[in-house]
Amino acid sequence: MTIHQMPADDTKPAYNYAYLDEQTKRMIRRALLKAVAVPGYQVPFGSREMPLARGWGTGGIQITAAIIGPADTLKVIDQGADDTTNAVSIRKFFERTADARTCEATDEATIIQTRHRIPEAPLKSGQVMVYQVPMPEPLRRLEPREAETRKMHAWAEYGLMQVKLYEDIARYGEITKTYDYPVMVNGRYVMAPSPIPKFDNPKMHMSPALQLFGAGREKRIYALPPHTSVRSLDFEDHPFRIQSWTQPCGLCGAGDSYLDEVVIDDQGGRMFVCSDSHYCETRRAEGHRGTMLGDAAASGLVEEAAQ
Amino acid sequence: MYVAVKGGEAAILATHDLVAEARRGDPAVPEISVAQIREQQALACARVMNEGSLYDQDLAALALKQSQGDVIEAAFLMRAYRTTLPRFGSSEPLDTAAMAIRRRVSATYKDLPGGQVLGPTYDYTHRLFDFALMEPQQAPSPLGWGEGMPRDAQNAGSPSVPSSDPASPGHLLPQGEKERAPLDATMPRVPDILGAEGLMEAEEPPEGDPRPFDLTRDPVSFPADRDVRLQSMARGDEGFLLGLGYSVQRGFGGTHPFVGEVRVGEVAVEFVPEELGFAVDLGDVTLTECQMVNQFQGSKDVPPQFTRGYGLVFGHSERKAMSMSLVDRALKARDFGEATNYPAQQDEFVLYHADNVEAAGFVEHLKLPHYVDFQGELELIRRIRREREERLAQEQNAMPEAAE
Repeated sequence: MTIHQMPADDTKPAYNYAYLDEQTKRMIRRALLKAVAVPGYQVPFGSREMPLARGWGTGGIQITAAIIGPADTLKVIDQGADDTTNAVSIRKFFERTADARTCEATDEATIIQTRHRIPEAPLKSGQVMVYQVPMPEPLRRLEPREAETRKMHAWAEYGLMQVKLYEDIARYGEITKTYDYPVMVNGRYVMAPSPIPKFDNPKMHMSPALQLFGAGREKRIYALPPHTSVRSLDFEDHPFRIQSWTQPCGLCGAGDSYLDEVVIDDQGGRMFVCSDSHYCETRRAEGHRGTMLGDAAASGLVEEAAQ
Repeated sequence: MYVAVKGGEAAILATHDLVAEARRGDPAVPEISVAQIREQQALACARVMNEGSLYDQDLAALALKQSQGDVIEAAFLMRAYRTTLPRFGSSEPLDTAAMAIRRRVSATYKDLPGGQVLGPTYDYTHRLFDFALMEPQQAPSPLGWGEGMPRDAQNAGSPSVPSSDPASPGHLLPQGEKERAPLDATMPRVPDILGAEGLMEAEEPPEGDPRPFDLTRDPVSFPADRDVRLQSMARGDEGFLLGLGYSVQRGFGGTHPFVGEVRVGEVAVEFVPEELGFAVDLGDVTLTECQMVNQFQGSKDVPPQFTRGYGLVFGHSERKAMSMSLVDRALKARDFGEATNYPAQQDEFVLYHADNVEAAGFVEHLKLPHYVDFQGELELIRRIRREREERLAQEQNAMPEAAE
């Protein structure tokens, strides 16, 4: 009956373009349209079983599969880098199933699927950001029951969240949420920005790019249309602020990018490098040099741009 | 020196080779075949079919082979394949009363129409190693569990049952000539017997008998209806449901169940093609069905009656079917106006967490890089500690003045 039972040479079962069947893509697109129409609202969708593990980006993959076409150029990043294993794996998935043209350059991409970061280079009109979301419900840590959190959103009942942020300040002197920092979208819905560092939150505000969020395991899609107001929750006397470092990137010298800390020895040695690998490479190609670039290049770990 | 962050691509390619090597093990040992797994590890295959939500013994065996016997990984393979299959329709409802019985036991009646059929079970085996199985058996018995008449399996200890002493396992032998007669073609299900007397909670399809929900196509919302709950549990993790069912029995939930009946056997799957207009037999599936009889006090409007917990799963999977029927009854608590204080009574808790493919994915995703978020936490905790030290230092300095 089914194809797999006759693995003869002449029957080569083929997957549909971008893996998902067209009906499923249509279902996802309908959910996306609703999500765009109601910014920040979590739209339930019939998330499919994917050949990659739940929690490893299946929501983002389904969105990308539903919107990608032959004219698109896809960039996939994880932790800001194009070469982390899961980013490589997802990029390969689309190269294989959608014959996708892929790239690492932020400005060349039409679709950027990401986990945990927004690229440093500003996004532009026509680009689509696809976020992989593990927990779409910003109130989940405060209220585990979905039936309750949906009501809280319906009534815009967000006092609990404000109290939680206040309690942080009372206990630690500041809000201790460093990633997945809750945002108010279009003055209506509190939304989880996915576990991007709060450093990236301001990039969402009034972004010219379309931003789509997919939570495969939790079966939710939500969106930020271009030029949507995204305000990180805070208090007048405790304004929102982002992370900062005391030193610039050790490779490219950037002082305005999000840095990863790399342990270089067991004597407490540390170096800080851009988490956005393409941003760092671009700057090095332009001739920017960090203090550690010589060492790193000498040991063959990065290529130093020809001077 | 600086840890390499490059190289993800090469590492992934290398790991695929390493997995293939580990899967094969020592090349001096003959490779196991899919058919061997299908025939000789049938209970593992059944679990993979259940949790993979796809009835296909060959694929289940292949999944087990490919996953080195990792059942959850195998279920994942099944599901990822299942999701790509075209759906050409829904079968007619299965009639488990017309099941070709291999095994059927009731704990509520000593005897009942159709009789008790012990069939193949590990229940009364002594869990002693049969070291003879260390060597290949010379003449494998033709009495496979999946083959021939159900009678065959009952007539003798199955080759898999390590009680080789022909005298001791008397319970596995026919109880008398009556037992030698062919089994009835249909056997009433115990809850139906109770139902005829009006003692069992009636279960009718919802008004209009709508098409059941399909949780692989549509997102679940809560409170979830029974079709969703049963579907979710049928594909849920056996261990999770076992634990929940056990919790109900121990007191984290107030049901007191009797096994009305457990039955195992083959049921015909029929399909009505639109162009034909009559039912066509597609083949048989092996199923295990469990119906638990639970107490219920009744209410002002309803006289006291028993309530039902239902479990239905692929293959021979009694533990799963029983666990499912315990939790099914527990999840009816709300319908009966009972308190829902315990995990097994809360549909959102049970349904969201029973899916082991989802659970495994999310638990194991913690292996993925999180250095961006961790860097945020590092920055925060260092700063809070620094500010705290500064504050303490200031207080130290301020103290003597305050004392003066």
